[in-house]
Amino acid sequence: MSESAVAKWFRRITLALIAVFALFPVFIILETTVKPLADVQNTFQWIPHHITFAPYGQIWHTIPLLHYFTDSVIVSVISTVVAVLLATFAGYAISRFEFHGRKVFSLAVLSTQMFPGILFLLPLYLIYVNIGRTIGINLYGTFLGLIITYLTFALPFAVWMLAGFFSSIPRDIEQAALVDGASHWGALFRIVLPIARPGIVAVSVFAFMTAWGEVLFASVLTTSSTRTLAIGLQEYATQGNTDWNQLMAASVVVSLPVVIGFLALQRYLVRGLTAGSVK
Amino acid sequence: MTDLLKNGQVKGTGEIPPVRPAPRGLWWQRPKVIPYILVAPAILFELLVHFIPMVAGVVMSFFDLTLFTLHHWSSAPFGGLSNFRVALDFNGPIGSALLHSFEITVPYTILVVAISWVIGMVAATGLNVEFRGRSWMRSAMLIPYALPVYVGIITWSFMLQRSTGVVNTALVNDLHVLHSPPFWLLGTDAFWAMVAAAVWRWFPFAFLILLASLQNIPTEQYEAAAVDGASAWRQFRSITLPSVRGANLVLVLVLFLWNFNDFNTPYVLFGNAPPSAADLLSLHIYIVSFDSWNFGLGSAMSVMLMLFLLLVSVVYLRVLRRGGEFNV
Repeated sequence: MSESAVAKWFRRITLALIAVFALFPVFIILETTVKPLADVQNTFQWIPHHITFAPYGQIWHTIPLLHYFTDSVIVSVISTVVAVLLATFAGYAISRFEFHGRKVFSLAVLSTQMFPGILFLLPLYLIYVNIGRTIGINLYGTFLGLIITYLTFALPFAVWMLAGFFSSIPRDIEQAALVDGASHWGALFRIVLPIARPGIVAVSVFAFMTAWGEVLFASVLTTSSTRTLAIGLQEYATQGNTDWNQLMAASVVVSLPVVIGFLALQRYLVRGLTAGSVK
Repeated sequence: MTDLLKNGQVKGTGEIPPVRPAPRGLWWQRPKVIPYILVAPAILFELLVHFIPMVAGVVMSFFDLTLFTLHHWSSAPFGGLSNFRVALDFNGPIGSALLHSFEITVPYTILVVAISWVIGMVAATGLNVEFRGRSWMRSAMLIPYALPVYVGIITWSFMLQRSTGVVNTALVNDLHVLHSPPFWLLGTDAFWAMVAAAVWRWFPFAFLILLASLQNIPTEQYEAAAVDGASAWRQFRSITLPSVRGANLVLVLVLFLWNFNDFNTPYVLFGNAPPSAADLLSLHIYIVSFDSWNFGLGSAMSVMLMLFLLLVSVVYLRVLRRGGEFNV
């Protein structure tokens, strides 16, 4: 498509402005991490007058960041692994089998996206507390409770995305295996899963991001021993005094895993996110 | 759809007899059973975390669940519609606060969805053309979405600090647009602080979905239109918009629901004490529930929020579905 020089420059300038809007806060984060606290607490400096990397060392001592980081890793990794496993099974069933309740299941899974988290937060809190009291399995304030909660947050989209991926794999391949005497389970594990690996990796990144960034349920379902980063980072701010340079340095550390994962796999993510809805 | 695997028979391959048929005797090998085994674990967890609590939430909204009755929740007194009556009594303090919160949430959601959509659409249209550096540009636009939600919001909070923030420094000291630095995180300006942070977070999502569906439009369509002398605006209206209709339908609905339920933005910016102009519904209900431990009232408010969103979704899909296909 050819376009006039005016249109070309209009396009470039508009895109540049949007990119600046997107990246400006990132610039602010990075710039703040190399400023000493005194400079951060004064009038804003576009160009740092003094450069220091001390905040990257201090963040680990001001608050138990490593502890929160470990909590977030435990919760996010385990909930991702379980969610992706369950979503693989469910997505495969939806894309390959005709069964009663298939439509209802796909709709119900999506409808969970619509409802306000606050609606099931209150009952879930009571249910978790009471399961602990009656059965003895502690779900309130434990990793287990948070893992179960987060894996269900990722499940609906994960099922949707994986069903889309599986549908794009031709059935002839499994058919051949079935003809050769493989069972349906064998066909799933030995043939379909290896082909769907890019999709599964993309869904994993999505599930990990969901758990890594969740705030609302973490604010209620965690205690000081299971606190995740989403809540823990707030501790850099105490009464009227915030160590902004440390908070921003901690933000960089916290963001790196998800940003790298996301950017590396964005192609698959886009394909997955749109597979279900865009024709 | 699954003719191939239905009833465990591989159809259309009758000429090739199975060399070693899969054992049919074991119950978990039966094609009728397999799909149920496959979806069962997912259903189990969804039931535990979403459906049972949702039903419980509806039930709780009819009970008098306060600090005093919460510990013996099974014997909490039945309150009938009293929680709903309190929440909807717009002359009382609780009802009028809820109405105020609703009146903040509606314009907040509309603004965030509209602005995010426009920026996302402009970016997607601009990037739907091959040029050098395109993939870098695309990654740059996606970064706000890739960052953890709270990191982005904390950063906005830092940028909007009154005396040390970059926004006031730029507006007052550098550009001299304003004479005195405003308090972005207090009073009525807090509303705009939220909108800015939310738009920054959500436009990349709109961009992502719209770009994906724009790439399905064959460029010949635009070339033919250009030959016919259609203006860029005309091409956008008669080719681009109709082509992204399917994706748009879902995108706008999802953006609307997520932002109407937005808890993160006001909570990370303001914590448990948001300024009145930033008192979005989810945070409002959260505070009502956990500050006063009145779970019955909180549940009643959540149920009304859900019913409202359900109504809006149904009307939206009914009105817009006509003429366009929509597949879940």
